[in-house]
Amino acid sequence: MSVSKGSAKKTPLIRIAKRADISKLHAWFIRIAAILLALASGGLLILALGHNPFAVYRDMISGAISTKTATIATAKIAIPLLGAALSLAPAFKMKFWNIGTEGQILAGAIAASYFALFHYQNFSRPVLLFIMFCASIVAGGLWGLIPAIFKAKWGTNETLFTLMLNYIILKIVTYLRTGPWKNPSSSGFPKIAMFDASARLPNVFGVNIGWIIVLGIVAFMYIYMRYSQQGYEIAVVGESEHTARYVGMSVGKIIVRTILLSGAIAGMVGFLIVSGSSYTLTDNTAGGYGFTAITVAWLSKLNPFAMIIISVFLAVLKKGSNTIQTNFKIPASASDVLTGIILFFMLGCEFFINYRLIFRGSNKAVEVQND
Amino acid sequence: MNPVNAIELCDITKSFNDVPANNRVCMNVRWGEILSLLGENGSGKTTLMNILAGIYYPDDGTVLINGEEANILSPKDAFDLGIGMIHQHFKLVDNMTAAENIVLGLKEKGRLDRKSISAKVKEISEKYGFNINPERKIYDMSVSEKQTVEIIKVLYRGAKILILDEPTAVLTAQETDKLFTVLKNMRDDGKAVVIITHKLQEVLAVSDRVAVLRKGEYIGTVDTKDATAQMLTEMMVGRKVSLNIDRPTPVNPIPRLVAKGITCFNEEGYKILDNIDFTANGGEILGIAGISGSGQKELLEGIAGLYPVTSESSVLYYPDDTGKATELVGKRPMQIRKLGVALSFVPEDRLGMGLVGNMDLADNMMLRSYLKGKLGFTDRKQPKKLAEDVIDKLNVVTPGVSTPVRKLSGGNVQKVLVGREIAAAPKVLMTAYAVRGLDINTSYTIYSLLNEQKKAGVAVIFVGEDLDVLLELCDKILVLCGGKVSGIVDGRTATKEEIGLMMTGHKEEEKR
Repeated sequence: MSVSKGSAKKTPLIRIAKRADISKLHAWFIRIAAILLALASGGLLILALGHNPFAVYRDMISGAISTKTATIATAKIAIPLLGAALSLAPAFKMKFWNIGTEGQILAGAIAASYFALFHYQNFSRPVLLFIMFCASIVAGGLWGLIPAIFKAKWGTNETLFTLMLNYIILKIVTYLRTGPWKNPSSSGFPKIAMFDASARLPNVFGVNIGWIIVLGIVAFMYIYMRYSQQGYEIAVVGESEHTARYVGMSVGKIIVRTILLSGAIAGMVGFLIVSGSSYTLTDNTAGGYGFTAITVAWLSKLNPFAMIIISVFLAVLKKGSNTIQTNFKIPASASDVLTGIILFFMLGCEFFINYRLIFRGSNKAVEVQND
Repeated sequence: MNPVNAIELCDITKSFNDVPANNRVCMNVRWGEILSLLGENGSGKTTLMNILAGIYYPDDGTVLINGEEANILSPKDAFDLGIGMIHQHFKLVDNMTAAENIVLGLKEKGRLDRKSISAKVKEISEKYGFNINPERKIYDMSVSEKQTVEIIKVLYRGAKILILDEPTAVLTAQETDKLFTVLKNMRDDGKAVVIITHKLQEVLAVSDRVAVLRKGEYIGTVDTKDATAQMLTEMMVGRKVSLNIDRPTPVNPIPRLVAKGITCFNEEGYKILDNIDFTANGGEILGIAGISGSGQKELLEGIAGLYPVTSESSVLYYPDDTGKATELVGKRPMQIRKLGVALSFVPEDRLGMGLVGNMDLADNMMLRSYLKGKLGFTDRKQPKKLAEDVIDKLNVVTPGVSTPVRKLSGGNVQKVLVGREIAAAPKVLMTAYAVRGLDINTSYTIYSLLNEQKKAGVAVIFVGEDLDVLLELCDKILVLCGGKVSGIVDGRTATKEEIGLMMTGHKEEEKR
């Protein structure tokens, strides 16, 4: 059976059809093809800038993982990124589009910094660190609670709400830095003082202990989402609030509780950043981790273990792009473009996993009929 | 018009997700006839007609319109060929008038000439026997008037071939008769009319020929005068089916649910239910009839604690024969469950309310029991076992317990939902449109499940839309009209006409 002769010319050139189930192998084939295509497109960009793509890619990787210092620096990026992505897992599962992770990280960082800056003399190191840990969880949770309560009570749009809260808390940090928390001994640019040694996280294998905590949360989140009653409630509310109400779940309560958890984890990430790597609070403390975490959450399809791989991958990209900036004098913006290209292809390939294109004259549809 | 055939379809094939919806369908429609396109849900009727309307493009095959090969790429192409389709869901702008909706999207030059539009609409109305005021706003109109506007809309555009997708699903018996008169007028005017339906009585009443589809395949076309309901059913289903619904005599009916003065308002403050009184007895099936949107949904949800009812309302639940009652009004669904009220509810929106489409069968069974696990964890063994039982007992067609329910066909989805609700051992079982969209076999499975519950002493409440079914299945039928009870009749003695009139409010309070 061919398309009838007379009208073949007018048949649409490309038609899009939803795929039925696709085999895992096929899906991975598409993903790997996407990465190769991304590298090829990025290579063209590098060529246009006058460099050898292979050398640049090689330096990107070696700059991120070849030496111990490089690996530690990469890990320092990966830890908060993974933590932030984990905080998004329950929120996104519930289809609560929390893009306020950035702000929740800062809220936690402020609370932890308060104790690190002004009460370090009062406590022994373990107690101080524990208090900072708890304070960051409470602060992050409370910052998340505000939009959650509004959403639960009045159905406000959480996306805008959480986004706006980011700016508020960022300006609070600026205020603290230039005002009450300004380090009197620093001249010129107003800064907050560095933490006392007792307020800094200890290292394990050269990296701050945060990595153990975050890996612990990976395991917790996996079990929580898969096997707990609360995890089940989150999944049902995310899929259909009507169904949740129908079986008697209290949707508002579940929203508030879940975002409290999400914010708390994000707040703790703020603690890990100030106490584990920057040792002070700056406007840049959240550093875009909250936004990049959204990419991690999507790419990993909310699977906590996949999040480990994706955050390490993105951390390597980020560290590597720093390296090529110095090694090849490639401008920072160009290496950002490179990172963007790779992410674009990785996210874009999901379309080809879910849909297929039928070109004019293809008789694939007919083949399907015959089997 | 020289050719006899308005439409000729040849080898039309269309697949979704590699599942064929139409497989090499060849059929024709003549000028000056009403053709019924008959088939169960999922047999590909709507897909086939959507191909003619330019909504889908066939994977393969040819379409001839009035003897000439046509390539319909868009709804506009379809209009240009004189094909007009009236969809199940109306596509009208609510706050415009009928006339404005009718000319909407037409690219006529010059200013909008309301007078000539109205005149033309009137002319069409008179010619075919419509009754419509072109200056009325759509939001003031009843469902059947909206449908009239849709039909005039396509006639105004000069359609010579009309396709109506399940036009009677939303109409009362009287409105259906009126529609059929109009369709016959169009036929006599030489137009080709196709109606998609799965109701046999209508097919026999209105059409000249019947084309039957089954599972995407064309089975054949018969002249209506030679056809019988039994024969058409066999063509549709593929084997012999008994068309009688059982109605065992109620044994020892005692009140299980007594509703008094249920009243509720919607968010805009309109009264949706007005003083509803009824008693549902154990061992009986209480049918609820009414035009869709007469308050059926709110009534069932109000009883289940899902829709707010006024505090003066009362729903008493009698768990046993001792006369002790529990008041359900003012309690949330979880409280009702914790009180041990054995109330099961099969809602109208199966995947949006009763089940979670993206979850598998076992997880959907868990919706009712997820709190039973220990230490805050879920117990996954029981629901899995329950899912296996339901698959086994109700012959659910599924690859396994870990298939997402949205991948099942409509009938199997409903079996999963009803199976779960019955497994909860209810004393009161409420069902809303339990057989909507189901094929004949599954419908009969559902009827017999409800009858089993009735025999076990459960009070069954059956909200239905097909009066023939309500009259065959139910012991009593409560008729709703605009949020009020217009009467409760005996299912064994009432007639379709009587209920139809009560549904539209012509006969109030007489049978009480």
